Amino acid sequence: MKPMAGKRTNRVALNAAAVAVIVFSVFPVFWMVSTALKTNEDIFTTDIVLVPTSVTWTHFREIFTEGIGNTSLWIYLRNSTVVALGAVLFGSAAALLGATAVARFRFRFRASFLIMLLIVQMVPHEALLIPLFVMAREAGLTNRLLGLVIINVAFTLPFAIWMLRTFVAAVPRELEEAAEIDGASRFRTFISILFPLVAPGLVATSIFSFITVWNEFIFAFTLMADESGYTMPVALRWFIAREGIDWGGVMATSTVMTIPVIIFFLFVQRRMVSGLVAGAVKG
Amino acid sequence: MTGTALRSGTRRGRGTAPARGGPRPSGPRTQLTPYLLLGPTLVVIAGLLLYPLYRMLVMSTQDVGLREIRGEPAESVGVANFREILTSEVFWQALRNTVAFAAVAVTATLVLGTLVGLLIHRLGRVMSTTVVISTMLAWSMPHMSVATVWRWLFDEHGGVANWLLNQAPNWLTGALFGRADWSGYSWFLDPLPLYFVLTLAVVWQSFPFIAVSVLAGLKSIPGELFEAARVDGAGPWRSFWQVTFPLLKPVFAVLLVLSIIWDFKVFTQLHVLAGGIGNPATYNLSLYAYAEAFRSPPRMGLGSAIAIVLAVILLVITVFYVRQIVRQEDVR
Repeated sequence: MKPMAGKRTNRVALNAAAVAVIVFSVFPVFWMVSTALKTNEDIFTTDIVLVPTSVTWTHFREIFTEGIGNTSLWIYLRNSTVVALGAVLFGSAAALLGATAVARFRFRFRASFLIMLLIVQMVPHEALLIPLFVMAREAGLTNRLLGLVIINVAFTLPFAIWMLRTFVAAVPRELEEAAEIDGASRFRTFISILFPLVAPGLVATSIFSFITVWNEFIFAFTLMADESGYTMPVALRWFIAREGIDWGGVMATSTVMTIPVIIFFLFVQRRMVSGLVAGAVKG
Repeated sequence: MTGTALRSGTRRGRGTAPARGGPRPSGPRTQLTPYLLLGPTLVVIAGLLLYPLYRMLVMSTQDVGLREIRGEPAESVGVANFREILTSEVFWQALRNTVAFAAVAVTATLVLGTLVGLLIHRLGRVMSTTVVISTMLAWSMPHMSVATVWRWLFDEHGGVANWLLNQAPNWLTGALFGRADWSGYSWFLDPLPLYFVLTLAVVWQSFPFIAVSVLAGLKSIPGELFEAARVDGAGPWRSFWQVTFPLLKPVFAVLLVLSIIWDFKVFTQLHVLAGGIGNPATYNLSLYAYAEAFRSPPRMGLGSAIAIVLAVILLVITVFYVRQIVRQEDVR
């Protein structure tokens, strides 16, 4: 046992370090929101105003009414939502089938398939940009949200299967066997036994995919030529590429784009660690 | 835990049908079902991940410009694209930027993340929850938001960074950076200050994942081990290197590889901070590949060649990741 005084200074030092970490982590987020709520006089000054002297919603109102480049933020939000939901819908359906296959069946190429999944999950999307752009052009899918949906399904599917298979494997097989003894068909068993039990895992997996697609920038940036097809990240990129950046509007847009992600993220963060680090972390 | 569930499932399978290895009494239907279930996935992976890789290989040996993109057959140029990049100063600068950035950012992320993980482990309940939630804000932000916020923090006129540096005593900033007046100083013109800001932004966003993973690992270590180390007179430094690190080695191995992969291909943040593709001195490999392929006139063949260099480097690193994971999870 250490002496009391030493222990107390230890506590103080630990908590001081914790406060430093909190300030470092939160400040940029705080600064984004606070800039979005400041008047232009408070933003464009050489004497930094930490807390807005008067809170204004002007920037938020402007990005929704006047919009960015005459296109309301609603359009970009809609595009982002359509692409993300579309990719999640197709991706989750395929992932559920695929995860059931690897968690419930033993077949010849099962191990090779899982290893391939790990590898393709790591293929750099940035490198695939060029061939996928050319392919999208050939298929007439540039400048269409459908093209983005399809590409994002490919990018989210490997990780979704990898994550979902553990949920499927966790459902006791006896339940399904009991249902089959009672005369339920394969399909019936899948729908009324497996599906409800895997549903929480499916939700978590879908949220991950949603966040990934919502944040995707480089493909949306190269494939969508018309302003009306921009997703949120592309709109934001375009917003800060212009002369005399309107930082209030930029930070308001950034805030709007970030909020849904933060909310979703808090729900599924735990699973992210177990999904990526797999068996390395057992706890 | 997940591994165990999977393993017990397969073992039971072996018991019921040892000859065919199927978990159910096998009919022809049993053999076909898994392949049917995998159908959509295999189509997506083959069509949208493997086929593009093949197309990229082909394109890297071709001259693909505007006309070829519009549909004219591309002319083969052999290894000319590769020869061109390997003799180009821009390529070597981009490679240097990529490697140096990854080295610094990965080290900083792992050290900071581990320290914060250890810190959270020793904090009280309220404080540890507060730290976890605050770091999660950084972790969850979209890359594009992170990029714009850090661009704004380091803005030459209204930025907090220049203001802070102006508040600091002139002798201090002068001695450290050789500059006393920071008003209007732009961080984004030269590679070095630009990559400094990029490193900050990337480390800021990446360390929470490391911290939370290390924390999960720490919680799995029985407290008696730390107790025993303390009784033996080990300080925090020794108890980390003799208890924590050896036990969490697999975790650190995976975190290291993942961080390298992520930091090697940073694109969005660099694209924003560098203000596009105007300054070749600021390129890393992914921005360089993008720039060659999408500038006007586009040179997609050359871009593909650069992308292949990047993909090959990452593939080699991925092999280590896959080996680690396969060792821990039962994929058989």
